[in-house]
Amino acid sequence: MTQLALVIDLNVCVGCDACVTSCKQWNTSGAAGPLADFNPYEADPTGTFFNRVQTFEVGTFPRTETVHFPKSCLHCEDPPCVPVCPTGASYKRAEDGIVLVDYDKCIGCKYCSWACPYGAREQDEQRKVMTKCTLCVDRIYDTALPERERRPACVLACPTSARLFGDIHDPASAVSEAIRESAGYALMPEWGTHPANHYLPRRKTALRIHDDELQRADNPLKIDGLLPKPSKSDPALDDVTSW
Amino acid sequence: MQPAFSVILLTTLIGVGQGLFLALFTAQSYALFDLLVIENGRAFYTQGSLLALLFLGAGLLASFFHLGHPERGWRAIAQWRTSWLSREVIVLPAFMGTVFLYGVAHLSGWKPVLAILPSGIPVDASVVLGVIGTLLAFALFLCTAMIYACLPFLREWHSPLTVFNYIVLGGASGFTLASVLAAHAAPELTRFFVVWAVIITLFAWIGRSASLIRNSRLKPKSTLQTAIGVKHPKIVQKSQGFTGGSFNTREFFHGRTHSLLRSVKWSFLFGVFVIPTGLLAAAAADSEVSGRVLAVTFGVQYFGLMAERWFFFAQASHPQNLYYQVIA
Repeated sequence: MTQLALVIDLNVCVGCDACVTSCKQWNTSGAAGPLADFNPYEADPTGTFFNRVQTFEVGTFPRTETVHFPKSCLHCEDPPCVPVCPTGASYKRAEDGIVLVDYDKCIGCKYCSWACPYGAREQDEQRKVMTKCTLCVDRIYDTALPERERRPACVLACPTSARLFGDIHDPASAVSEAIRESAGYALMPEWGTHPANHYLPRRKTALRIHDDELQRADNPLKIDGLLPKPSKSDPALDDVTSW
Repeated sequence: MQPAFSVILLTTLIGVGQGLFLALFTAQSYALFDLLVIENGRAFYTQGSLLALLFLGAGLLASFFHLGHPERGWRAIAQWRTSWLSREVIVLPAFMGTVFLYGVAHLSGWKPVLAILPSGIPVDASVVLGVIGTLLAFALFLCTAMIYACLPFLREWHSPLTVFNYIVLGGASGFTLASVLAAHAAPELTRFFVVWAVIITLFAWIGRSASLIRNSRLKPKSTLQTAIGVKHPKIVQKSQGFTGGSFNTREFFHGRTHSLLRSVKWSFLFGVFVIPTGLLAAAAADSEVSGRVLAVTFGVQYFGLMAERWFFFAQASHPQNLYYQVIA
């Protein structure tokens, strides 16, 4: 079984919003209809987005860290939004695990958005149907595109390669390896939704140096008045090096 | 959550309709076993069924205003295997149909005896329809309540108390309305319904208070730490990803002050329980039960129930709100 997913590396995400704009551009131009915007240039703009980047500050100054946090549908392996849908418009594809909405069946009751703990679903104000990330299902299988472009728009747009795309059920895939090797984690594990999308934590490459490694406590020269023993002229154990 | 007026109307109106039907059939069951004497049953049952249908129909109509595509509403019957909403969409028309047939059976007097109980009591078609309607009324209460109670992370709703409260709150308002109807159509039944309305209102009082106490003690399972997966006691959101609003900031926040919420809570505690119990008890104690007082009681209780339902939605705190700290 295949489960396509995104793995988002918070360690390299710089919060540039390229994934947000490329997602909007691709998905608002597709056959499924526009992601409507209202009052885009006025006081209270609003619109449909499948992907957003939020920013959090962790810690207290000066020990703070900025975490840019891209947020989209996690394509849960046990999606709570699917069984609650009364029409069957919400479904999870068996072949690749993508959670999708059939816009022609959706009655716009918003119940699935209540049933998603992550707030990943937005009702489009113009089309009046529930919309969400499709993992760019209309481009990842498009054989008219060159092989390297058959990936979600956000993944292609990311300048720091913070977004990986692949099959998390294939243990040899880059995403599986990233989750395994770089401590990938799921959001809100307490609800048992088993999100397919994973996040890689912020990592610091730290070299731990103890004080006694900088200055040997047993350095004979430190011992007052005593010369090194054995002396330089004495033979050493291996007859090559002195102490 | 942002309380939707259409859903408030739907749940309260069909609750009255279901409760009223249960009241009608309660009286008929009593009469069947000769525990109650009804003089003009035909008019009472017919008018009662019509009134119940009006409430159910109004509720159904209100529900359409909640949909983005009401013209596709029929599709909602598809997923009855998994979705309580789908089950509700099936049970509501089935119940309305049964109430209609029940009313027709009483109006036309078409009551062929279908069976005879061992004690010699004849079971006619209206009794069979009444039993089916009663089962459907409870099934509908269950479906409506489970739409909310089945969502585990909306913890204010995820409790058997939600189901119990939908049953008793709908029942209380229905029996109160039945007493209003009886005061006009079958005065000998008024006191019977008034006493039952008091009993059910008291049960509802207990159930709703229990859920209020439970909800006030809930500790959130999800935190900002589990939401973004960073283990640190101090996390401050600096940007929510957009400047204006979005579906996420409108649908899941009631946007009212804490004090307004508190006043709504006290309003419904008085409107649904305290005032109706007092008025109904006073009416029952009176030698001459006044229909006007009962009508006022029903009105107060119904508006109280609307406040109760508003509070029910507003109180539920969705874990997605953790991602919108500025508003939360």
